[in-house]
Amino acid sequence: MLQRVTFTSHKINFGICTERILKLILGTQEQQTQLRNSFARNACERKDAFSLAITQKGGACRIALRESVCLRGKMKKISSRFCVLIVSCLLLLATGCSAGGAKENLELNVYNWGEYIDLSILDTFSEETGITVNYDTYANNEDMYAKLKSGGSSYDIAIPSDYMIERMIREDMLLPLNLENIPNFKNIDQRFKSLDYDPGSAYSIPYMWGTLGILYNTAMVTDPVDSWNILWDEKYSGQIFMYDSLRDSIGVALKKNGYSLNTKNLDELEIAKQDLIKQMPLVRAYVGDTVRDSMIGNEGAMALVYSGDASYCIGENPDLAYTVPKEGSNIWFDAAVIPKGATNIQAAEKFLDFLCRPDICLKNVEYIEYSTVNSETFKMVSEEMRNDPAFWPTDEIYDRCEVFVDLAELSNAYVEAWTEILATD
Amino acid sequence: MAGKDSVLARKRMAIPFLAWAFIFIVVPIALVVYYSLCIEVDGVMVFSLANYARAFEPIYLKVLWRSVRLALASTAACIIVGYPVAYIMASKEYAQKNLLLFLFLVPMWMNFLLRTYSWLTILENNGLINTFLAFIGLPKMSLLYNSQAVILGMVYNFLPFMILPIHTSLSKMDKSLIEAAEDLGADSRQVFLRLVLPLSMPGVISGITMVFLPAVTTFIISDLLGGAQFMLIGNLIEQQFLKVSNWNFGAAVSVILMILIIASVGIFSIVDKDSDEGALF
Repeated sequence: MLQRVTFTSHKINFGICTERILKLILGTQEQQTQLRNSFARNACERKDAFSLAITQKGGACRIALRESVCLRGKMKKISSRFCVLIVSCLLLLATGCSAGGAKENLELNVYNWGEYIDLSILDTFSEETGITVNYDTYANNEDMYAKLKSGGSSYDIAIPSDYMIERMIREDMLLPLNLENIPNFKNIDQRFKSLDYDPGSAYSIPYMWGTLGILYNTAMVTDPVDSWNILWDEKYSGQIFMYDSLRDSIGVALKKNGYSLNTKNLDELEIAKQDLIKQMPLVRAYVGDTVRDSMIGNEGAMALVYSGDASYCIGENPDLAYTVPKEGSNIWFDAAVIPKGATNIQAAEKFLDFLCRPDICLKNVEYIEYSTVNSETFKMVSEEMRNDPAFWPTDEIYDRCEVFVDLAELSNAYVEAWTEILATD
Repeated sequence: MAGKDSVLARKRMAIPFLAWAFIFIVVPIALVVYYSLCIEVDGVMVFSLANYARAFEPIYLKVLWRSVRLALASTAACIIVGYPVAYIMASKEYAQKNLLLFLFLVPMWMNFLLRTYSWLTILENNGLINTFLAFIGLPKMSLLYNSQAVILGMVYNFLPFMILPIHTSLSKMDKSLIEAAEDLGADSRQVFLRLVLPLSMPGVISGITMVFLPAVTTFIISDLLGGAQFMLIGNLIEQQFLKVSNWNFGAAVSVILMILIIASVGIFSIVDKDSDEGALF
């Protein structure tokens, strides 16, 4: 299966992976060493190879690859290359894919988005503290909320987004943090401390941030892309992908008209709705994660995406570019919190502190390629990354960006507007 | 006495099932009905019919009508495609029949979501079909993200549910009836229309039920192949429960959908009874 098949939402790239796994298993000694070194050295390279994660099985295989790299020192005695892969696979299955061995009984239950951490830092954490990390993932904020709300499970750490944190604080689902136990919090950029969703940073430690913007194909779009208006340009009819998410799509229409994307003015909402209905004939589809495959496969000229997805797509298809329009956009934060019901608060605080450490944060940023909230880490990332305006918007654009706030009693009006848009024939 | 004991014993054997049915069917439905009859005011549940009133607003009726329309279209397509296949299978030799059945069942072993995803790759602008069209010099077609793509997805996924019951009712039919009809001078068209078709109606009816129900409630097919531009009732429920957390309205829509389903099953079974009687006399 050497042709390239990509499945979005599960970042899979059979072509590259199969090739590399084959090399790892069957290649000459030299090729293997080269490949392993490149894994270890080059973060970008590593990301490609480890993007094999269509299911748990894919995930296990991906981790197995990493394990096989890490274990190569320890397992020199085993001459067969198959053994390395198979043994690490079995090991992973047996331990339920959690990395590292248990030294003590201390355990930390972490609940995070899928593909949203460099898993090797969990090993580092376990080695340094002797705390075993149990790592689970979710697909979106709402899933995480439902699981925590139902109370059937206990997590010591979760990493929701801004508006969800606001809601969880309101519903008394989080434990207040003791910042004295998290000294590395000082590394977090002042801009990202004490934001509206969590005044005084009482409950959350920022993890990553990003923007909502336009991902476009430079081979298909010749006009300058700097305004939301281009998503209403009839020239690109049938080539525009919107996001199947009411806050984001309505937010864009509001911003296009110069309104706040948290507007409480129903007239403004009505104008945005009419705009989106007008735009509908030009839109190819309202999509979710599949947008990544579509844009990588040159299926569309423009798409509304989050900056993190954009950087992934650009890595796969160099014709793509990303921009945050001048009218401003949504800016979002994901932040680590300790949910009520956490059993190991001390370990959780240690973990939060660990995440704020510049070197650990750097590893994470290089792996997931989102913008960092850590000002020390920012100094350490490559210049190329730092100078990319798509991921570090200028202060001017940054100031025009807004964080989503919980709509409370107005949320029904938004939902109805969105339903009406999608129910239009 | 012995008979009575065994009836009791049989009744006792049904207890696990009854308990199961109560916990996992009756209780959840009661909860759904409860939620649908309440609205949340300042964190307190208050009895209200507002959810139902809202569900009958024009935009939601439009969504409901679209679901029914697309489901009916795909059910009709399943009959048109599925009946001949079932007919051929029922009249084939034993070995070949099993092979055909096998070929229909093999794709169902694969995950439903994956199979639907793979249609994206086939129908895309740069997908398999369009690449082929371009290769032989024909213009590309826009195949994805329209209502036809949604119907195609439904037909593809639910076709086996139409074929299997029709096939069963056809293959258990007494072949000597056909011979008798032929002996009495019926031509092949008459044999089919007046004998085979009426006798296979129970299979067709259960096929219709088994295709229509999942088709009218699906949300993932319309999401993936319709590009979310074809909001169906399933999408509406999903949106209310998962995306906007309005369980009360979502529950009301679910109850309406349940009533719709029960009504359609009821209609189908009345038609079914009629056809049975028709077959008898």
